[in-house]
Amino acid sequence: MGDKNITAKVHSFESFGAVDGPGVRFVVFLQGCDMRCLYCHNPETWDKNKGSEYTPEEIFEKAEKYSSYWGDDGGITVSGGEPLLQIDFLTEFFKLCRENGVNTCIDTSLQPFTREEPYFSKFKNLMNYTDLLLCDIKHIDPEIHLNLTGKKNDNIISCFRYLDEIDKPIWIRYVLVPKITDDDIYLKKTAEFIKSLSNVKKIEVLPYHTLGVPEYEKLKIPYRLKGVEPPDSDRVKNAIKILSSGVSSL
Amino acid sequence: MRKEWRGFKGVKWTDDIDVRDFVQNNYTPYDGDENFLACPTESTNILWGKLSALQKEERKKGGVLDCETEVVSGINAYGPGYISEDTKNLEKVVGLQTDKPLKRAFMPYGGIKMAQQAAENYGYKINPKYDKIFNEYRKTHNQAVFDAYTPEMRTARHCHIITGLPDTYGRGRIVGDYRRVALYGVDFLIEKKKEDLLNCGDGVMTDDVIRLREEIAEQIRALGEMKKMAETYGFDISAPAKNAREAVQWLYFGYLAAIKTQNGAAMSVGRISTFLDIYIQRDLAHCILTEEEAQELIDHLVMKFRMVKFARIPSYNELFSGDPVWATLEMAGLGMDGRHMVTKNDFRFLHTLENMGPSPEPNLTVLYSKRLPENFKRYAAKISVETSSIQYENDDVMRPVWGDDYSICCCVSATQTGKEMQFFGARANLAKCLLYAINGGKDEKFLNKDGSHMQVGPELSPITSEYLNYDEVVKKYDIMMDWLAGLYVNTLNLIQYMHDKYYYEAAEMALIDTDVRRTFATGIAGFSHVVDSLCAIKYAKVKTIRDETGFVTDYEIEGDFPRYGNDDDRADDIAVKLLKTFMTKIRKHHTYRNSEPTTSILTITSNVVYGKATGALPDGRKAFEPFSPGANPAYGAEKNGLLASLNSTAKLPYEYALDGISNTQTINPSALGHSDDERVKNLVSVLDGYFSQGAHHLNVNIFGREKLIDAMNHPEKEEYANFTIRVSGYAVKFIDLTREQQLDVISRTCHERL
Repeated sequence: MGDKNITAKVHSFESFGAVDGPGVRFVVFLQGCDMRCLYCHNPETWDKNKGSEYTPEEIFEKAEKYSSYWGDDGGITVSGGEPLLQIDFLTEFFKLCRENGVNTCIDTSLQPFTREEPYFSKFKNLMNYTDLLLCDIKHIDPEIHLNLTGKKNDNIISCFRYLDEIDKPIWIRYVLVPKITDDDIYLKKTAEFIKSLSNVKKIEVLPYHTLGVPEYEKLKIPYRLKGVEPPDSDRVKNAIKILSSGVSSL
Repeated sequence: MRKEWRGFKGVKWTDDIDVRDFVQNNYTPYDGDENFLACPTESTNILWGKLSALQKEERKKGGVLDCETEVVSGINAYGPGYISEDTKNLEKVVGLQTDKPLKRAFMPYGGIKMAQQAAENYGYKINPKYDKIFNEYRKTHNQAVFDAYTPEMRTARHCHIITGLPDTYGRGRIVGDYRRVALYGVDFLIEKKKEDLLNCGDGVMTDDVIRLREEIAEQIRALGEMKKMAETYGFDISAPAKNAREAVQWLYFGYLAAIKTQNGAAMSVGRISTFLDIYIQRDLAHCILTEEEAQELIDHLVMKFRMVKFARIPSYNELFSGDPVWATLEMAGLGMDGRHMVTKNDFRFLHTLENMGPSPEPNLTVLYSKRLPENFKRYAAKISVETSSIQYENDDVMRPVWGDDYSICCCVSATQTGKEMQFFGARANLAKCLLYAINGGKDEKFLNKDGSHMQVGPELSPITSEYLNYDEVVKKYDIMMDWLAGLYVNTLNLIQYMHDKYYYEAAEMALIDTDVRRTFATGIAGFSHVVDSLCAIKYAKVKTIRDETGFVTDYEIEGDFPRYGNDDDRADDIAVKLLKTFMTKIRKHHTYRNSEPTTSILTITSNVVYGKATGALPDGRKAFEPFSPGANPAYGAEKNGLLASLNSTAKLPYEYALDGISNTQTINPSALGHSDDERVKNLVSVLDGYFSQGAHHLNVNIFGREKLIDAMNHPEKEEYANFTIRVSGYAVKFIDLTREQQLDVISRTCHERL
C-alpha cells in the first residue's frame, strides 16, 4: 500500500477548469517539469524545488467544495508542470478520488514515461485509478521535438502505444505554433500516427498565444519565440481538419 | 363562464381576481427543445429596422431623440402613436408613451426641478408656465420631501452615507399585475375596486382609512382612463381578451398606463410569459394562430419594451448608467405543486434576442432551478453565451418565501404579483460608516466652510491608536451602524410618505389587491470592502495614516489577509455576520405603513458614485475609487477562480437579504469551453452548482476584456451597436455607458485562463 502522507509539490489550484477535460473540473497544477517547450506559457512551474506541499487528503478537501458544479462528467484534473513526475502522490490522490466516486483526469506530456522498472509498474497501477488522459503531442518529428522541448519523444510515442494497448481513453492536444507545428507535412504525419491508435476520443488544437510572455520577463528567462504571432483561424481550422482525419474511434 | 374564457379550466379565478389560480389550472409545461421556434416575420424585420434606425439617431443626438416640453404626461395626454405612420398596420402590438417613438415624456410630479433639468440636459426647455404651476399651485414629491427633511438627514444625504434616494425621481419597483387587464377586462376590475371602496373602513375616519379611500378612488379613475386610452387605439378593453393577440395587447395597455404616469427607476413588466402562453396555446389548438404569428406577437411586444424611455437628470444617469428602465420579465421557475413552469413562450421571449439581436431591455430573467428541463437550461445558456443579455435568479430560494407567482420588480427583488408592492429605498454606504466609526462620526471627504471635517454621525470618540484593533473597531462600528440604520429607515419613511401623497402610482396599484402587502427595501453599498477591511484589521496589521489634525486619511496594510471571494471561511464568516448585523438593526425600527423591512446587496452602477464619495479604506482600496458592485468581491480579490468566488457569495443567507443579492461575473469564452457546445454545457453546470448551494442571483457575461477595450475605443463599429453586457442587476448597451463606467467595467475581474 502507498503512503497516505506523501505530499505533492503544488504550484496552484483553479476552482473553475472548463477546458481541462470533460465538464467543469477542479484543476491541481503540480510544480516541476523537465521539458523546456519554447512556447510554454507557464515557465514558473518548471522548477522542481518550488511549490507548496499538500497531502492527497488536503487537496481533496479543497476540491470537494466544488463538487456541486461537476455535474455528470466533471471532476478533478491534475495538470502541471508535469504531473507524472510526482507519480507516487498522483496514485494516492487518484485512489482517494476513486473512493469518493470522483472522475479523474491527467493533463500530461507523457515525458516521464518509461517501460523501465520501477516506473512502469507504478504507471500501470496509476492507470487503474485514472479515467482519462489529456496527452500533448508536441511534435511528431524526433529531431524537431528535441529542439522544441529539450527532450526526445521516443518514450512518449511508446507511452501512447501502451495506453492504446490497455485501451485507456485519451484526448490528444496539439499546440499549433506557426512555422513550428503547423506545417501540413507534419500535421499529416501526426494524423497518421493518431490513426494508428484506437483509444483517441477527442482532438483539441490549441492555438499558440503570447499571453505567457510577461512571465518570462518576470523570471528573467529569455523568450525564444519572440516575433511569432498566434496562428490565424484558417490555419487552426486546417489543423483540426487534418488531425481529425486521423481519428478512427471518434 | 364568460365566452372569452371558453376552454379554460378552473373555477376560483372566475369569481375572484386570482391570476395565479388561472395560470396553475391552465398552463402547459414544455419539455422540448428550441427547434419549434420561428424566424422573424417580414413585418417584424421592417419595424425592427425602423426602430434600429431611430435608436442610432438617438445615440447620434447624444442619447435623447426627442423630449416633450409642452404636455404633462398622463394616461390620455396624447392620442395614439406608432413607430411610424406608414407602417402602423404592421404593428401587432400598439401603443407609445408619447406621440412619437423614443420621445421622452414630461413628468413633473416627482419633482418639477428635475423634470426641467432633464429636458435642459438634452437641449430642450420646458414651457415656463409649468414653473409657476408646479411651484405655486401644485407641489411635487421632491419639494415635499425637502420640506420635511431634518438637518441631520440633509447632511447625511449631502455626504452620501445614504444616497441614491428616491427623493428626486419616482421610486418605481411596483409591478402592476398587467395580466389582470387581459384576463378580466377593465370593467370587472373596476367593479371589484368599487366593492373594496364600499368596504373600506367602518365609518370612523382615521388617517389610514381616509388615505386608502382616496387611493382606491384614484385607482378606479386610472382604470377608467386605461379604457379611454385603449379606445383611441381602436380597442375596447372593458371586457376580457378573446384571443392571444388581444391578451398581449390588453396586457400591454395596462403596462403602458404605468409608464405614461410614472418614471420610477424600475418599471418592471412581471411574470407574463407563462400567462400569455396559455392564450397562445389555445389559439394554436384552434388553428387560429400559427407559430410564426405567435412569435410575431412576442417580438412586437418585446419591441415595445425596448422602446420605454424616461427623461433623466445627470446625477440619475450616474447612479443608473446607460438609460435602463428595468422592464424586467420572468421566465421558468417551478410551481408549488412541483411542476416546472417552462412553456414554449419562455423560449419565444429568449428567441427575441436572436430575432432582433441582443438588447438590454426587457430585462430577461430566468427563475432558475436545477429541476428545470435540460432543454430549456441549455437554450438559456446558449443565449447567454451568444448575447450576455440574461440574468438568472434562484427560484428554489425565492419560491418558499414568495410562492410561485412572484415577479422581479427591478434587478433582484422578488414581489408577489398583484399582491404586494415595494417601498424602494436605495442604499446605505456601509463602507463610509466604517470610516465614521474610526473618525468619530466625521466625514473624510466633505468639509465645513472652515476646512474642518463635517460631523455627520454621532460624536463618538475617534480611534487614536496607530494600529487598528479589531475589537475596538468592531465595537465602534456597531454603534455607528445603529445610528445609520435608524437615520436611514426614518429618511425612507419620510420619502415613502411623500411619494404616496404626491406621486401615487394609481395605475399600477389599480392592478394590485387593495389589501396590499408592502415591503420596505433597504440596501447595502460597499459590502465587499467592509468585509475585506475587517479581515485586514483582524488578520494583518493596519496602520493609520493621519493628517496634522490626527484625522485618519489613509491606511497601510502589513502582511497578508483573507479576502471575500476566495471561499475562505475566515472572510466569508465576516461577510455573513455583516449582513445579519445590518438587517437586524434595520428590523428594530418602525417602517412606514407597517411594511416588512428587507435589504439587498445590490448597487446597480452606483458603485462608482458611492466610491467617489468615500475615502481610502483599510482593505487597501484607494480613496474615491469605485466600490465593487453588489455582492461582488473587490476587484482583484478573487485569487482562486470563478467557483471559489461563487461559493463565497453563495454563503450569504438569502433570508437576511430578501431584497436580493446581486452577483455579476464575466467569463472569457475561451475559459468556458473550446466549442460553443462545451460552453453551453459548462455554463449549465456552473448554474446548477451555484444555485443548488442556495445562492440567489447571477448575471452572466461571456466575453473577454479585449472586446470591452475595443468597444470603448471604437464605439462606431457596427458589431458594437447592440453589444449588451450585464452589470449589477440589469443589462446595458456597453457603448451607452459613460467612459467612467466603461473603465469601471473593464477593471472588474474577468475569469480567464491562459
